[in-house]
Amino acid sequence: MAALLEARQVEARYGWTKVLHGVTFAVAEGGITTVLGANGAGKTTALRAVCGMVETSGEICFDGRRIDGRATEDIARLGIAHAPEGRGTFVGLTVEENLWLGAYARRDRTRLADDFERVYHYFPMLRERRRQRAGTLSGGEQQMLAVARALMLRPRLLLLDEPSLGLAPLVVREIFRIVRAINRDERVSVLLVEQNASLALDLADQAYLLETGRVAIAGPAADLRRDDAIRRSYLGY
Amino acid sequence: MDVFLQQVVSGLATGGIYASLALSLVMIYQATDVVNFAQGEMAMFSTYLAWSMLNRGAPYWVAFVLTVTIAFVGGLAIERLIIRPVEQAPVLAIVIVTLGLLVIFNSVAGWLYSYIIQPFPSPFPRAPIRIGRVVFGPHDLGVIGVTLVMLVLLWLFFRFTSLGLALRAAAQNPAGSRLVGIRVGWMLALGWGLAALIGAVAGMMVAPIIFLEPNMMSGILIYAFASATLGGFTSPGGAVLGGFLVGVIENLAGTYVRFIGTDLKLTLALLVIIVVLLVKPSGLFGQAVVRRV
Repeated sequence: MAALLEARQVEARYGWTKVLHGVTFAVAEGGITTVLGANGAGKTTALRAVCGMVETSGEICFDGRRIDGRATEDIARLGIAHAPEGRGTFVGLTVEENLWLGAYARRDRTRLADDFERVYHYFPMLRERRRQRAGTLSGGEQQMLAVARALMLRPRLLLLDEPSLGLAPLVVREIFRIVRAINRDERVSVLLVEQNASLALDLADQAYLLETGRVAIAGPAADLRRDDAIRRSYLGY
Repeated sequence: MDVFLQQVVSGLATGGIYASLALSLVMIYQATDVVNFAQGEMAMFSTYLAWSMLNRGAPYWVAFVLTVTIAFVGGLAIERLIIRPVEQAPVLAIVIVTLGLLVIFNSVAGWLYSYIIQPFPSPFPRAPIRIGRVVFGPHDLGVIGVTLVMLVLLWLFFRFTSLGLALRAAAQNPAGSRLVGIRVGWMLALGWGLAALIGAVAGMMVAPIIFLEPNMMSGILIYAFASATLGGFTSPGGAVLGGFLVGVIENLAGTYVRFIGTDLKLTLALLVIIVVLLVKPSGLFGQAVVRRV
């Protein structure tokens, strides 16, 4: 499978603090890649690097084109949808307005009604709450809204930052089920950052383990899942 | 009773002007967390542009549309060229920049057009309008009409267009907006342009009442601050309502409370600010901003 996203030797810094020290990872076309690691390992920064939200060096290619150094809004327009940590929904706007904004960068805004239907099909409760302010939704519903909003872009690549954070296990399983369905039915590639390693490894085909800003282990998700030594020392389950 | 009605209507007319200026203050405040102290002087300068067009024989509504357009482009340019370089600076630095703009606009207007007070025409007919036994000033009714039309158009724009939605999103959550592909920088500039446009309309509407001179907006700006504080700096609708309230309160107090008269009217605006800040600092419709530290 050809790589849709390729990051080579990416370094990232916030001011004087370097957070990524030459990280290399890839997402295959139609694949799911997960980036695992402890708090502060640089997982979120890796996603932010892809979106141009942090100063980087190294090379990031999307669909064969360099995207490092480009503005965040231009990267979104290429078809990279990011559901950020802490969900990043517009809490003062209604659910419907949030979804509308998800499609803002799309060139073809025809058949938007179809997209609303498609998103409501995955997340039926969003249809019931479409007139409600996003801020009044529960944590799980806000996470679903974040994913739904990302889908409205009709993205080629979906970036998910800790979708399980602070949510009940049942809700988390539901969200992961939907992400799998989206990946399978719509061929959307996914780059998933997670702390919940066992769930993420079940979903992903490729995995990277970050340790203080470096890739400690990389390989097929199935291999990481099977390796007891890795599991005990890095993943803690 | 007749006097009361007349005073309420003329209060609503000046209130509409305060409401417009308060709205432009709130729009910029919401987008950038900065109070634009130059808002009034920008409106004054736009009004002078209209005045010089009228002096060259332009028909009123042609001058009106041209002025509003120039104000919009000017506001856009000010954000891009002057505010943007200090965007990342502390809030205080930006406030000082807007104060600098205030002084610059004021002095340039004085230098170009002199400090002599000039009359400014009203586009509305002169003959008083009689409804029953009550007589209304046509300019007052016209100002109320123009203000309401403008506010409704703005509401439709923000509520029902994708650009309006993007503007609201950019004001609320700039980082999230970039992630969905909104060009936040341009949205801020657009906000400044719209605010300048609203201010220009307010300036042209108030000039026939208070006459044209470089300091004409200083009092109006204080009323606008009172309105925005009363309605809530975080609520555009609240600021508009606050504007109408302040206009009516000011007029009624000036008429019925003898010692206030015309001399202490402005003091009343300051009193409103102080009382609101003491009793409900976020204003009638504002939301208290909670920051985690």
